[in-house]
Amino acid sequence: MSTIQGGSPLEPKIGDGFDATALGEGRRGESQGRIIFRRFLKNRIAVVALFVYIGLIVFAVSAIGIGPIPGWWPTAYAQLNAQLNQGEPTISFDGGFSLGKHPFGQDRIGRDYFALTMRGIQNSVVVMLIIGIFATMLGVVVGSIAGYFRGWVDAVLMRITDVFIVIPALVIGAVVGKTSNGLGAPGLALLLGLVSWMVVARLVRGEFLTLREREFVEAARVAGASDARIIFRHILPNAIGVIIVSSTLLIASAILLETAISYLGYGIKAPDSSLGLLISQNQSAFSTRPWLFWWPASFIVLLALCVNFVGDGLRDAFDPQQRRFSLRKAKEPEDTVYGGQALTEVGLPPENER
Amino acid sequence: MVSFIARRVVVSILILLAASFIMYVLASASGDPLEDLNGSNSPNRQALIDARVQAQHLDVPPPLRWGIWLGGVARCVVPIMGGCNLGSTFSKQPVIDLLPQATASTIQLVTTAFVLAIVLGIILGIITALRVYTGFDYIVTLLSFFLFSLPSFLMAVLLKSFIALGYNDFLADPQIPPVTLALIGIIVGVVLQLVIGGTWKRRLFVFLGSGIATVVILWAMAATGWFTKPSLGPVVIIILSAGIGFGAVSLLAGLGNRRAWITAGINIVIAAIAYFSLQGLFNISSVGTLVILGIATLAIGLVSGAIVGGHDRGLMMRIGAITAVLSGGLVLLDRFLQSWYHYTQAVGGRPIATVGSQTPSLGGNVWITGLDSFTHLLLPTISLLLISFASYTRYARSGMLDTLNQDYVRTARAKGLPERTVIVRHAFRNMLIPIATLVATDVGALLGGAIITERVFAISGMGALFSSSLGSTDVNPVMAYFLVIAVTAITFNFLADLTYASLDPRVRVR
Repeated sequence: MSTIQGGSPLEPKIGDGFDATALGEGRRGESQGRIIFRRFLKNRIAVVALFVYIGLIVFAVSAIGIGPIPGWWPTAYAQLNAQLNQGEPTISFDGGFSLGKHPFGQDRIGRDYFALTMRGIQNSVVVMLIIGIFATMLGVVVGSIAGYFRGWVDAVLMRITDVFIVIPALVIGAVVGKTSNGLGAPGLALLLGLVSWMVVARLVRGEFLTLREREFVEAARVAGASDARIIFRHILPNAIGVIIVSSTLLIASAILLETAISYLGYGIKAPDSSLGLLISQNQSAFSTRPWLFWWPASFIVLLALCVNFVGDGLRDAFDPQQRRFSLRKAKEPEDTVYGGQALTEVGLPPENER
Repeated sequence: MVSFIARRVVVSILILLAASFIMYVLASASGDPLEDLNGSNSPNRQALIDARVQAQHLDVPPPLRWGIWLGGVARCVVPIMGGCNLGSTFSKQPVIDLLPQATASTIQLVTTAFVLAIVLGIILGIITALRVYTGFDYIVTLLSFFLFSLPSFLMAVLLKSFIALGYNDFLADPQIPPVTLALIGIIVGVVLQLVIGGTWKRRLFVFLGSGIATVVILWAMAATGWFTKPSLGPVVIIILSAGIGFGAVSLLAGLGNRRAWITAGINIVIAAIAYFSLQGLFNISSVGTLVILGIATLAIGLVSGAIVGGHDRGLMMRIGAITAVLSGGLVLLDRFLQSWYHYTQAVGGRPIATVGSQTPSLGGNVWITGLDSFTHLLLPTISLLLISFASYTRYARSGMLDTLNQDYVRTARAKGLPERTVIVRHAFRNMLIPIATLVATDVGALLGGAIITERVFAISGMGALFSSSLGSTDVNPVMAYFLVIAVTAITFNFLADLTYASLDPRVRVR
């Protein structure tokens, strides 16, 4: 992962899928942040994906409300209703758009599937965001301490990382998910976050290892800055690209992890709803009531696709020269190091999402 | 080097110990192991509970129970102590007896998908890298993003509902309506012209040629009842073998290389002779015979290449081996296809299965059982394939683009080498180095099986062992599963680092 260089203009090099000349780089008087933001805006797919993603969250939250606050949709997701027309979706487009009473249909016991799906989106988004934020925070803390202090601190922290990384994400996720029985979506997400910080930690550590040798850190140290100040004011802002990109990818794999665990039956439990759980409950009804499958399925794909596109756009924006594609298997470069540095003891097993 | 390996092994063992402890405690804490018994109303309930507590040491707290479990595992590692013991399941079966069967069915499931994903992924990745920023590149990129965002269970359920049902229904009345026929032809034409690229004249030619050829072939297949009684026959085998030979020669040696043509020709002729002479042997073949024939085919390819070789012996041996193995595969495929009709009759006309890994009590010779495995593993293999295939495509693409920007590629072009040589000999080989590491680390995850895919398709492999045992908080099989994947993951990561160091001399291990 190359670094975002402090003040020097990024060389406009024709990278992979990135037209440097079109972006007018090196314009005077622009901060790194603005340059990166502008580069992100140039990636239309990523911007659209971001808007779709936010729009979907707002829609799902406003539709059925949060906690005690009711939304604009009249039917609660747990409420049992009389079966209308075999529970078929009432949404229709012929003769003008009309929603009807149950636009997404009803499930076998008569619950409104629109409300269930919205609740599923809420839960899935809550899980993915909490995993993303919590695991990123953990990873940044571990990675920056290990990378900054090196020596035995680094050795100990990285061996702990290796311990967690040996267990495939889906396996430990299923075990943790089963343990979290009854904690609901936030509890599940926090526990899952506890076991998914490793990739971020290794990437951040690698970034810190390179950045701490740079001149500006040396200068800060000579000027008498404390360790905390160097970490927070000097190194961390320079590592923000790696952190943001890896946390987006983490979020993208988090939604698939959550749906997979719920599908296996160890995630969010029955009266509540999650997109993976809805598919798991209704896959046998595929031939008789296909809509019970299609609605949650398309929203899973839509959410994951949006996050992946946003992540890709961010990676391009932060790091246009090296566009290594690593969606699920973010493999860090220090795995094998040129020029005699030790190889990391245990590489990164690919996440077992299969 | 020795100290590096020794250090690695010691650290790996410590990591394994720590990870197994975490896993054991978490798995034990994940639920109540007596849940099913507590809920039962059998008269000897208390006796059953006591027996399970006794057998599983449930009276010991989990961290200490981990010690007991570890003692059993240690016996597996140290041979003199004897009595390898991974504990027993709730149904009093020793876990060590469950593992071989589960591992075997997992290996059977994942191997094909793994190999195909790598081969197809690399091929597609290279094509997109060579056609970078074209429509084809963007389509493949979008497609791989889509595949990344598709949860595996979703893919599996879709395959089950569409491919299996669709093809089985189609077989009941194998007629392709004209509209579908035209649509398939157009799709094939569009894709191929995107792959080939070039001027619009060439594209149009490719589009029309491939589209019309596809339509005609499919129509002929439907009209002659090929779908119910498929076979290749000698003519098609010879034509396809010639195509394989042509492909191997043009890719690896260039069309001007006479020795390459001779090597490929010899192997095609041998394949044609084998087709006629081996049919009798095939009818009484077992798996062992087929393995021997396969090895013989490879040997023929290598030997013919070595004899013709001259100064380019290695290259000729490769061409010979590729041609021989692929045309031999065609002969084999033909024999399998000949059994297809009998097989579909035996399973009631709906061959593509959606659950399990074999039809119970089917019997039959090696061809029938082979087809049976094929139809059962087809859908899970496709679903696994599509998932990992996307990431290999992306890695191969970015790897190839990186390599094509290197100075040695520019040098190779500058000294006037043909583009084929530059790509195949200079760029392709160096691109494979990072992929080799990726493959090695992926193998580690292979034995873990495919938890979700095994669940959807009801295959009793490692993943199923894990998820069903976790469901009843039966810790011993869960730990056995963990042990297998953790050991393979660590071993193959280690091998990956060594591979990288040996392939890329700039990397040193210390």
